[in-house]
Amino acid sequence: MTSDHIPSLRNPSSIRTRLAHRFVRALKKLSMDRPSSPVSVSDRYKRYRMIRAAAYASMASSVGPRRAWARALLRKIRNRKTGNISMKRRGVRTCLVTKRTLLKPRDHREMGSQQENSLRGLVPGGEEMDFCRLLNETGHYIKCLRAQVKVMKNIIDLYSN
Amino acid sequence: MSGRRSRSRQSGVSRITEDQIADLVTKLQQLIPENRSRRSDKVSASRVLQETCNYIKNLHKEVDDLSDRLSELLESSDGAQAALIRSLLM
Repeated sequence: MTSDHIPSLRNPSSIRTRLAHRFVRALKKLSMDRPSSPVSVSDRYKRYRMIRAAAYASMASSVGPRRAWARALLRKIRNRKTGNISMKRRGVRTCLVTKRTLLKPRDHREMGSQQENSLRGLVPGGEEMDFCRLLNETGHYIKCLRAQVKVMKNIIDLYSN
Repeated sequence: MSGRRSRSRQSGVSRITEDQIADLVTKLQQLIPENRSRRSDKVSASRVLQETCNYIKNLHKEVDDLSDRLSELLESSDGAQAALIRSLLM
């Protein structure tokens, strides 16, 4: 019933629904964790970072491991998290990642490699994909980013009213 | 689409055929707002890639801005908003 507030929740099969659920759950957790005392600038920045991370995490986890960009994004988030806790594990993981990124992407002169390279930098895991895969994953990544933006806008609209 | 340009200038060296790539680029092009209105398929692939990059950057920036606004809202709100969020989960 209350789900009618967010249009995306009306269609249960869409990615946007799963995404909205995960993101709202993450926000809920964040809002419960917040300190009751007045927050400092660094606290605010920290919360901004946490909300942004939650946005990308809910995107990736609602898509699941079948998509390469989602796998790469989750790996990145996990690396960052474990980095805070255990330095040893992080060391091992970043090693693996750098080794993988050393594999040169296939040269595709028709596409203009400059644009191709910047696209690889923008799509999570893009450095490791062959060109076809990159184009494929880019399309899906864009769709999910759009869904995420929509969900966030909906929540803000709800808040502001 | 109709009338693909002939691609005889180069014998297929790669595993990926140019047709496959052309299809994927067309699909990508349809996702980008600036291109949706423009029906002509004369836009070069590198142009499409450039516009795709710009579009992704814009979306990233939008997520940044929205995260910032959300963090402001969470901060200013006392319980009530958190309760609202909670109610969305029910």
